[in-house]
Amino acid sequence: MDDFILRALLAGLALVLIAGPLGVFILWRRMAYFGDALSHSAILGVALGFLLSININLGILITSISMAVLLILSQRKKQLGSDTMLGILSHSALSLGLIVMSFVEGRVDLNALLFGDILSVSWQDLWIIAVGVILVLGVLAFIWKPLLSLTVHEELARVEGVNVALVSALYTLLIAILVAISMKIIGALLVTSLLVIPAATARQFSSTPERMALLSVVVGVIAVMLGLWASYLWDTPAGPSIVVASSSLFLISQLVRIS
Amino acid sequence: MHDVSLELQAGKILTVIGPNGAGKSTLIRVLLGLQKPDSGEVWLKSSLRIGYVPQKIAINKLMPLTVERFVALAKYQNNDDIAKSLAETGITHLNQQAIQSLSGGEFQRVLLARALLQKPQLLILDEPAQGVDVIGQAELYEKISALKDKHGFGVLMISHDLHLVMQNTDQVLCLNQHICCSGQPDDVSSHPEYLRLFGDLPAEGLAVYTHQHDHCHDLQGNVVTGSCRHPEHSNNHNETNEHG
Repeated sequence: MDDFILRALLAGLALVLIAGPLGVFILWRRMAYFGDALSHSAILGVALGFLLSININLGILITSISMAVLLILSQRKKQLGSDTMLGILSHSALSLGLIVMSFVEGRVDLNALLFGDILSVSWQDLWIIAVGVILVLGVLAFIWKPLLSLTVHEELARVEGVNVALVSALYTLLIAILVAISMKIIGALLVTSLLVIPAATARQFSSTPERMALLSVVVGVIAVMLGLWASYLWDTPAGPSIVVASSSLFLISQLVRIS
Repeated sequence: MHDVSLELQAGKILTVIGPNGAGKSTLIRVLLGLQKPDSGEVWLKSSLRIGYVPQKIAINKLMPLTVERFVALAKYQNNDDIAKSLAETGITHLNQQAIQSLSGGEFQRVLLARALLQKPQLLILDEPAQGVDVIGQAELYEKISALKDKHGFGVLMISHDLHLVMQNTDQVLCLNQHICCSGQPDDVSSHPEYLRLFGDLPAEGLAVYTHQHDHCHDLQGNVVTGSCRHPEHSNNHNETNEHG
């Protein structure tokens, strides 16, 4: 096996390892568009990273977190529906990112930013990904129970003493880290699919929240392997192939349910 | 809402009634610390343990969650306490069921079980009978009353169902932006402010159909013959499903 395929495989597996357990909460909390908004704003982060010559991962984290703060503040006002606010902020951030990016063009491959370039992942990238994955899994394990409780019923959790603001903020931070990690692997436009599709596939085979998170990882692992294999075989773009593989698994799971 | 003050006692039930928009829910949200009052203060004993039963809630079907697991989400719990709590509220047989599959009455008992795990000194319920059929309502109020006697906690309850509530409550507080009247159930139901708010309407507009069955149904839907007062304590199950 070629070295770059191995690196791509490791990067993909690392990503679905955290996308599974973070993704089930995206489903339960109905936050798919929130995830989209964060990942779209990441383009702006990359652009700013180049422009201000700071670390790109840091740039992504800064814009994702600013985006999350903006969204949470705008939801508190409740003048417009939260889906409207998401639509406004998400696409504004994406467009702003693309405009800023035009000033640094020549140095970045826009296609790779939008859809990922998993085959170009370096060993150094993998180290950064590994650190991110361990950080995310560690924090998630720590906040798992209170996060579950506030997801089921926020007020009940608050009355029982859960620090709702802190736990929600930590969860959002974990999503931002995932977005930063996944830019190179799957790209800004496709990140949310790896959060949503494996989790949706796992739902009907799961009897507990933990089982659903674990099965999402399994579905993600299979999708990454199938997608990369297809990409190697037919020379299709790797990121989209992984997404199509996971939607195929979802489709099969739905057919299994019907029959 | 203005000029509202109230006193709660251990071992007593205080029921807050009032029309929609009267501020009933706001009152308990302020008490629970979920909402800040514009002015005024809430003083709670710092060690006061509160059990909270929220209004009927919908749980996302995408989350696989059994009754037992839902109850176990309570912050302070161990397996013995959970089993005890499920038994006390009469829902042990539901523990492996999906939380989304429950009826209104069953779900209220699950919420009650979770509140009990806080070992509350004060139990606050927001319209516990919403979405529960009439027979279930009477059973639920009786259950709350029995649990109160057993554990000795105080109960603060919001309710719409005037007559059912009056039977099981020690004190009634009639709220409409301010406290219209409060006192013993009998005093309140003859108070002019109460009559102005609710009139004789419930009594005149609704005919109470008094009738007697020679059997009852327990929570599992089985037919139970004999006394209907505490169906979950009855072991006298009749399997024939014959209706009297």
